[in-house]
Amino acid sequence: MSDQTTNILLWIPLVPLIGAFINGLWGRHFPKPLVSLIGCATVGVSFVLSLIASASVLAGHGEIRMVQDVYSWIAIAGLSISVSFVMDALSVIMSLVVSGVSFVIHIYSIGYMHDDDSYARYFSYLNLFVFSMLILVMADSIPLLFVGWEGVGLCSYLLIGFWFEDPEKASAGKKAFIVNRIGDFGFLLGMFILFGAAETLSFDGLAEAVTAGTITPYIATAACLLLFVGATGKSAQIPLYVWLPDAMAGPTPVSALIHAATMVTAGVYMIARLGFLYSIAPTASAVVALVGGATALFAATIGITQRDIKKVLAYSTVSQLGYMMIGVGVGAYFAGVFHLMTHAFFKACLFLGSGAVIHALSGEQDIMRMGGLRKKLPWTYWTFLVSTIAIAGFPPFSGFFSKDEILWKAMSTASNAGWATGWVHMAAYLMGLIGAAITSFYMFRLVFLTFHGKSRLDPHVHVHHEMPVMSWPLAVLAFLAFIGGWVNASLAGIHGFKHFLDPVTGHAQEAAVTLKHFAHSHSAEWAAAAASVIAGLIGLFLAWQMYIKNPDMPGNVAKSLRGVYRMLFNKYWVDEIYETLVINPIHRFSIFMWKIIDVIIIDGIGVNGPARFMKRLGGIGRALQSGNVQTYAFWLFTGAAGILIYLIYVAEIL
Amino acid sequence: MITIEHYLILSFIMFALGVAGVLTRRNALILLMSVELMLNAANLALLAFARFTGDQTGHILALFVMTVAAAEAAVGLALVLALFRKRGTVNVDEINSLKG
Repeated sequence: MSDQTTNILLWIPLVPLIGAFINGLWGRHFPKPLVSLIGCATVGVSFVLSLIASASVLAGHGEIRMVQDVYSWIAIAGLSISVSFVMDALSVIMSLVVSGVSFVIHIYSIGYMHDDDSYARYFSYLNLFVFSMLILVMADSIPLLFVGWEGVGLCSYLLIGFWFEDPEKASAGKKAFIVNRIGDFGFLLGMFILFGAAETLSFDGLAEAVTAGTITPYIATAACLLLFVGATGKSAQIPLYVWLPDAMAGPTPVSALIHAATMVTAGVYMIARLGFLYSIAPTASAVVALVGGATALFAATIGITQRDIKKVLAYSTVSQLGYMMIGVGVGAYFAGVFHLMTHAFFKACLFLGSGAVIHALSGEQDIMRMGGLRKKLPWTYWTFLVSTIAIAGFPPFSGFFSKDEILWKAMSTASNAGWATGWVHMAAYLMGLIGAAITSFYMFRLVFLTFHGKSRLDPHVHVHHEMPVMSWPLAVLAFLAFIGGWVNASLAGIHGFKHFLDPVTGHAQEAAVTLKHFAHSHSAEWAAAAASVIAGLIGLFLAWQMYIKNPDMPGNVAKSLRGVYRMLFNKYWVDEIYETLVINPIHRFSIFMWKIIDVIIIDGIGVNGPARFMKRLGGIGRALQSGNVQTYAFWLFTGAAGILIYLIYVAEIL
Repeated sequence: MITIEHYLILSFIMFALGVAGVLTRRNALILLMSVELMLNAANLALLAFARFTGDQTGHILALFVMTVAAAEAAVGLALVLALFRKRGTVNVDEINSLKG
């Protein structure tokens, strides 16, 4: 791999930051078209610059990378961290996806947010979000990545709580921020461990340390597990996924941005970026795969029963992120990133589509009160349908190729890996396969309930017309969701995406002790693909049976499986369990700290105690100060007499 | 025969009367007068010592004390006068607004 210096990389994140700055400071006084222009154009410029920067990387088939050293950020003793950006194959894909999808979402936002009072604030935050994410994906060291990591955390707080007048929405923002902080704590610890062992935090330096053996597998395992804690927060995996469904409190384009282009992909990206580290830590990788598989299945089951159109999509995102984690967990880093990319396309499209539905129905989000919207919202319907087929994994749509790649890698590595790891991979595969059937079911349920059947709309609701500024982004994303998978259609012998990423993530796979030698049996691969398609078809068939053919059936099923239904509908009571096990004890402990430790001990004894003592002492002295001259004179004479008596009779000087 | 002890005892009595006056009387004018009494008791003691030891320094010191006492009386009376104008009283029990 050869490096080329360039000076445009800095501008890729910087331009959206300037946009955020201008809109944030003066946007209130600008007319709305100008705000939209600044907001969209800055991200557009980023996209174009990413394209320019990526041109030579693409031309070099990923063997060339662009670097720009901006300035030395921290330089003390043995630590030297510089703000440097790097554009290699992985960063190219990430920055193109981030800036491209964000750009489309920005355009869409012009239509969706046109009535909002805080229009400029919205675009300012949106630009800041893109800035943070671009920093994250182009950083050449963990600390700089962490800057972006924290930046997206902050922006998610700002945007989820965008309508902060509503306390529930404000607290959803806080929840996202706090849950992410828990993960970030693990991330920081992991970073410290790596620094302690390698005394460097740049990706190149760490890779060298791994090759040189300074970072032993034990250190790598500990660091990887801790970093994964951070990833479970950002990428919404068990047990820290709880913030993401609540993040629906933000405006719908924000959900699209968080779910598709920024934020949640950070964890997957981080693991892919540190693939060289994870591949010498098979235990940590197995944990990643297992957690990913569990999340994929778990979140999908919750998705079945949700009634809020955005909640279904939120759980679907959690589930799809689980697939990406399976991918990076079994060592197929490119497959995880591949799914990340296709998911960005179809999930952005789905969210924007749901936003279009909500917008058309003036804020209605309950799918039980929709239905029959196919004719009224044709653009939304067709794009939504394309993305649904993509997420459900039917060929030749993009989701099929990426999801299948992950499942195939999980399965094929299961037979080659050691006993325990093999078991984990197999379990992840099976959970992923069952999850695929459920994904197909709940997604088609969503489509059928929203767009098909009879209208169950509130008769007072007037369905607004679709706006072109919102429909075009949908069309672009649906198109990408349709064809996006062909960059790596491995069944058709196309491995372009994998080969492109190999210079960055490929060596990691080869270095892996237990994960090497993917099986290359073609018939097995076809069988695996067939299995996932069949799983998808089962889901589709069930959804069709229940929501098109027998509309009474869902109610009956829910009645006969009452316990299961309630458990799913209430999301396994995870929020309630966390409330009892974590939040309440902390709350009680905090009250103890406040009422006992702070008020009584620190304030009472520590701070007010000496003050009260001095006050008493002063009270005694105060009595002496009567203001009566004769009393003073009396003390004066008494004192003089006392001194005289002392001098004469005791000291015997006089 | 009058000895130095007589003078000193007289001086002590005058001084004690002055102290008693300062401590017990309420009128600021009387207070000033009592202070004068104490100064004069000191003068008497100084002169008695000077006379009986033959050291002339005591005489000089007594002259100084008288000068200072005159100045003190002038300032003190001025203060009492100002106080009276301000508060309408020279009773020191009523002049105690500087208490803690």
